[in-house]
Amino acid sequence: MGFPHPSHPKETVLLSKHFGEPGARSFAGWTERGGYQALKKALGMTPEAIIEELKASGLRGRGGAGFPTGLKWSFMPKGDGKPHYLCCNADESEPGTFKDREIMRWTPHALIEGCAIACHAIGAEVCYIYIRGEFTDPLQVMEQAVAEAYGNGALGGNAFGSGKRIEIVLFRGAGAYICGEETALMNSLEGKRGNPRIKPPFPAAAGVFGMPTTINNVETLAAVPHIINRGAVWYKALCLGNPKSTGTKLFSVCGHVLKPGNYEVTLGFPMKELIYDLAGGMRPGRTLKAVIPGGSSVPIMNRAEAESALCDYEGIVEQGSMLGSAGFIVMDDSADIVYEVYRLAKFYAHESCAQCTQCREGTAWTTKILERILKGQGKPEDLDLLLELSDQMTGKTICVLSDSCAAPIVSGIKKFRSEFDAYLSRAKAPALASA
Amino acid sequence: MSSGSGAPVAHETAHEPVFAGKAKQRLEALYPKFPTKQACLLPALWIVQEERGWISPAAMAEVGELLGVTPAYVRGVVTFYTMYHTHPVGRHFIQVCTTSPCHLCGSDEVVKTLLKETGCGELGATSADGRFTVIEVECLGACGFATPIMIGNDFIESVTPDRVPGILAGYR
Amino acid sequence: MSDLVNLTIDDVAVSVPKGTMLIEAAKQAGVLVPHYCYHPSLPSPAVCRMCLVEVEKAPKLLPACVTAAAEGQVVNVHSPQAEKARESVLEFLLINHPLDCPICDQAGECELQDYVFQEGRAGTRYSDYAKRYNPVEDFGPDVLYVPNRCILCTRCVRFMEDVAKTPVLNVSERGDRAYIGIDPGQRLEHPWSGNVVDLCPVGSLISKDFLHKARAWDLDKTASICPGCTQGCNMMIDTRDGAVVRLRPRANLEVNRHFMCDVGRSDYRWMNRGDRAEVPLVRDGQRLVPTDWDAAAERLAALVQSAGRVVVLASGRASLESLGWVRRLLEGRQVTAAIKVPLGDEAPLAGVPDLALRKERVPNLDGARLAGYDASWADAIGRLDGASLVVLLDVELMDAELDRAARAEALVALTTLDDERLKGATLLLPVTSMVEEHGTYVNRSLRVQRYVQAKAAPGMARAAWWIAAEAWALGEPGRSAPDTAAAAFARLSETIPTLGGMTYGDLGLTGRVADAAARSAAR
Repeated sequence: MGFPHPSHPKETVLLSKHFGEPGARSFAGWTERGGYQALKKALGMTPEAIIEELKASGLRGRGGAGFPTGLKWSFMPKGDGKPHYLCCNADESEPGTFKDREIMRWTPHALIEGCAIACHAIGAEVCYIYIRGEFTDPLQVMEQAVAEAYGNGALGGNAFGSGKRIEIVLFRGAGAYICGEETALMNSLEGKRGNPRIKPPFPAAAGVFGMPTTINNVETLAAVPHIINRGAVWYKALCLGNPKSTGTKLFSVCGHVLKPGNYEVTLGFPMKELIYDLAGGMRPGRTLKAVIPGGSSVPIMNRAEAESALCDYEGIVEQGSMLGSAGFIVMDDSADIVYEVYRLAKFYAHESCAQCTQCREGTAWTTKILERILKGQGKPEDLDLLLELSDQMTGKTICVLSDSCAAPIVSGIKKFRSEFDAYLSRAKAPALASA
Repeated sequence: MSSGSGAPVAHETAHEPVFAGKAKQRLEALYPKFPTKQACLLPALWIVQEERGWISPAAMAEVGELLGVTPAYVRGVVTFYTMYHTHPVGRHFIQVCTTSPCHLCGSDEVVKTLLKETGCGELGATSADGRFTVIEVECLGACGFATPIMIGNDFIESVTPDRVPGILAGYR
Repeated sequence: MSDLVNLTIDDVAVSVPKGTMLIEAAKQAGVLVPHYCYHPSLPSPAVCRMCLVEVEKAPKLLPACVTAAAEGQVVNVHSPQAEKARESVLEFLLINHPLDCPICDQAGECELQDYVFQEGRAGTRYSDYAKRYNPVEDFGPDVLYVPNRCILCTRCVRFMEDVAKTPVLNVSERGDRAYIGIDPGQRLEHPWSGNVVDLCPVGSLISKDFLHKARAWDLDKTASICPGCTQGCNMMIDTRDGAVVRLRPRANLEVNRHFMCDVGRSDYRWMNRGDRAEVPLVRDGQRLVPTDWDAAAERLAALVQSAGRVVVLASGRASLESLGWVRRLLEGRQVTAAIKVPLGDEAPLAGVPDLALRKERVPNLDGARLAGYDASWADAIGRLDGASLVVLLDVELMDAELDRAARAEALVALTTLDDERLKGATLLLPVTSMVEEHGTYVNRSLRVQRYVQAKAAPGMARAAWWIAAEAWALGEPGRSAPDTAAAAFARLSETIPTLGGMTYGDLGLTGRVADAAARSAAR
C-alpha cells in the first residue's frame, strides 16, 4: 500500500498489507494475521523442496541485483560439514529507496519468518540481519520482535518443535552505503572496514567468516512466506509483463509527486500509471521531466521513456535503465538535472570505500567538475571529460559504486544536454556560489 | 589526521575503562553470537559511543585490547564509518539528509532553518550553548518522508521549515 | 605440480603451473604487467586497478594479479582498451599527487614516474582544482609518511599486518579522504618495518636516514650479502662517489624473499670509515716500517714456517675465501682457530617461514666452521698464553685479550682499521672489508652466497685471502697463489667436502646450498 496513503485499488497488496497497523508488530498480532503458518509448513518440508518452490516462483532479489533467489539458494554446498550463514541485507541506503524500513517497522515478523524459512532451506542455523545504523526505529521494533519470536518458540534451539536450530542476530551498521554491497556487508559483520571483496570466491563458497553464506534483501525474504503459503504457481502467475519478472514489488516513489510512498504492484505494471495514478501525479502546473527508477545508481529516464516503460526488470532495461531496488526518484520540470546529477556524484564520492583508484579519485573529480559547472565556471570540454571519466569508471572496479556514479552522469548528459549547455554558455545563472 | 606525530599523546585525565559493569555485561553477552571476537567490534564501538558520546583514542585501545585487535586496526574501522564520532559533539547531534530525493523536496530550506534556529550558524559547528551540532548527511532511507532528520538516535520524518522550532524545543 | 596450463600472452605462448596468476605468467612471456598494489610477497587485494588486462571472451578487463591462468586463454596486456584503462588509472592517481619530483627522494626509482612516462598522459586535465593536502607525518624511528604522495596501494598496511604480523598501520577515513594512519600510541619500531619504504612504489614512505642524500641515478648498485647475522639476507649496496649511502634488500625467494631487517639495513656507516690501515707494516726492532707486499708476504711465510702453536682469532665477517686461505696457510701447524660471534636478540619476520634477524650476529658462522674455525672464542683466548704465533683476522679484541695476544712470540694482525693498540704487532697488514672485495658467506642453511665488490679498496689494502695465499705459495716450490676470488673459492671448494667443488658459476647471485651440491657431487 502507498503508506502513508491508503491502499490504491490498482495495487497488489501482499507485503505491505499491514503497513500502518501497530498491531501487526507483535507476535500475537502477526499470528492473528496468518503469520508463522508458512514457517511451520516449511519446517516440515525438505530444504530441496523449498528451494525448488522458490525457483519455480521466479522470485528475484529485491535489493537491486534481481538475481533469481531460488537459484542463489541452490548454490549453497550440501553436506560440506561447514556452518552455513544467512545474511539479511537491511542496509537500505540507495537514494530513493525506503521500502525495507517499512517492512521492518510495520511487519517485523514477516522478515523474521522469511529469514527462518531461508535458514532452513540453505542449512544455516544463524542469520545475521545487518541493519543500517541510522534505522533506529526499525532496529528497536526488530529487537522486540526477535525477542518475542524467541519467547514463542519460533526461533531458538528447537524452532516450533521441529528440532531445527534457528538463531537471528541483529547487527547495527554505522553509516556506510557501501555496506549494502554483499561482500562489504560481510566484511563489516566480521568487524572490518566495509570494503567489498574480489569475487571469486563467491559468498556461497566462502562468505562471512569464510563459510558458505547466502545474502538476501529484506523485501526478498519477506516475500518467501507468501510463496510457501500459496505456492510457486500462484506467485509466478503474478505477472503483468515479462514472464521472467514475477510477483509483486514495493516501489518507493519519491520526489516531485503528490503522494510519495511505497506502492506495491505486480511486476510489469505500467510506469505511467504508477507515477500519475498511484503516486498522485505531478504538482499543480508541473510536468514530468525525468525519473531515476532504480534508486539512483541507474541511468536517468526521460519523460518519454518513463511514460512507455513497464515496471519490471526487462521492461525498464528496454527503456534504457534498470529496475534496481525500485527507488523511484521523480523529477518535474522545476528540477535542475545538472544539480541533481552533481548531488548524486557527491553522494557517491562520500561513500566510496577508497580501494579502487577509479572510484576513489573519479567520484570526487566528477563531483568537482559538476560543481564548477554549477558555479558558472564550466568549460566546453568538461562534458566530454565527464563522459570519458565515466567510461573509465565503468566496468573496471571491484564493485559497482563507481559505475553507479557514472550512470546518472552519462544519461544526464546524453538526455538533458541542453541543461548542461545552459550552464556552460552562462545562459543560466550559477546554482552554486563560488567560494 | 591520525595522531602519528611521534610524541606520546598526553592525556589530561586517565582513561576510565568503558567496559565495566553493565557495559561489560552487554559486550560479553555478544561474544557467543559470533564465531570471532573481532565481529563484536562494531557493536562494541556503539556501546562506547552510547556511554561516552564519542570514541577516544584511549577507548579505541581499550576495545582493541578486549577483542584482540590493535588500536591502529580499531581506528581504521572507526574512521571508515560516518556515524562514529572521533571527537566530542554537541549534546544533540542533528543530521539532515540532503541527497537528491530530499533536495528535490526542499531539504536546503530545512538546513537553513535548522542552522538559524539552533544558533549553530554553519554546518559542523556546535552552538554556543553546546546544545546542538548540525551536519548534512547522505540518504537516510526515508525519501518518501522528506526531509528526514536525526537528532541523536531519534529519527524524525517529514520535517519542514515550519516544524523546526517545535521539534527543537523538545531538546534541551 | 605437473599440472600445467597453456595460454598466450601478447602473442607469446607460455606454460605455467595451474593456479599461477596472469601477472606472474606474463613474466614468462617477457611481459611486465604494470601494477602497484600487487607484490609477490604480499596478499593481493586487486585495488590499484593498474593490472587490468584484456582476456579474450571475457566481458570486462580482468585484474591480472588475481586472475588465474586458464587453458587456452588469450591475454592481451597491451590492447588499446587495457592501455586506455592504465592511462586512466595513472591520470586518476596524478590528480591529487603533488608535482614533488624535484624534491622527492623516490625520483629516478619511482614506479609512478616510470609508468606515467611509459603509458600516461602528457598533461594534466585537473588544473582548476586544489589537490588534497595533508602534512608530513613522522611514523617512527626512520620512516616519514608524506600523505600527499600516497597512492593508497596499501602495500605498507599489508606488510605490517600479514608479514610482520603487527598491524600498526591502517587505512583511515574513506573515499578520497583516505590516508595511511598509524596506531596513535605507537611508532613504526618493528625490527622489519624499514621494508615499507622499499615497498612503497612512490615517495610517500621515505627513510629519514636517506632523506635528500642522493639521487637514485647517481647511485651505483652492487649485489651483496648482509653481514649482520647468519640469515644471509641478499642485499644491494648503493654507493655514491665511492661512499655507501644506502643498503636495500635484494630479492631471494629462498633466503629473505624481498626483505631485510632494520638492523642490517641501518648498519652501513662502518663501511665508510676513514681510519683505515693502508700500508703493510713490518716490525724492525722497536718500530713498524712500511713495506711492499712481496716483502710482507715473505715475512709472513717465514713466520708461519717457524711457528709452533698457532691461535687464529677471526672476525665473523671474514669471507670464506679469507678464512679458508688463512687456515690453509697454517696447514701442518697446531692451530686453534675461532671466530668472534657477538650475540643479539632474535627478531623473526613472523609471516615468512625461516626468516629472522638471528642471534648470531655474524654472516659467516657456518663458513667459518667449514673452513676449520671450530674452537670457541673463550677456548681460543685461553690458548693465547704460550702461543707461538697469533693471527688476528680483522677482529677487534678487548684490551685484555689484546694484551694476551701481544705476549705471543709473533703477532700478525690482518686488519681493516688503523688501531693504535696493534702497534705491538710483528706484521700489520691492511685488508679489505667485505664491501671492498669479492667473497662468499655461508649462511645458517649452508647456502653459499657471493657478494660483489662495491667500493674501491683503500690504500694498498688487499683481501685477506690474497695475502694468505701469496704467503702460502712461498711455502713450497711449485705452488702458485690464486689471483682472483673465484679461483680462491674454487680451490678451497675442491678440498672442503661439503662444498663439493662448487664454483662461482654455480653460485650465481642467488647462491646455492652446499649440502645439495655435496650430495650431487657424491653421486
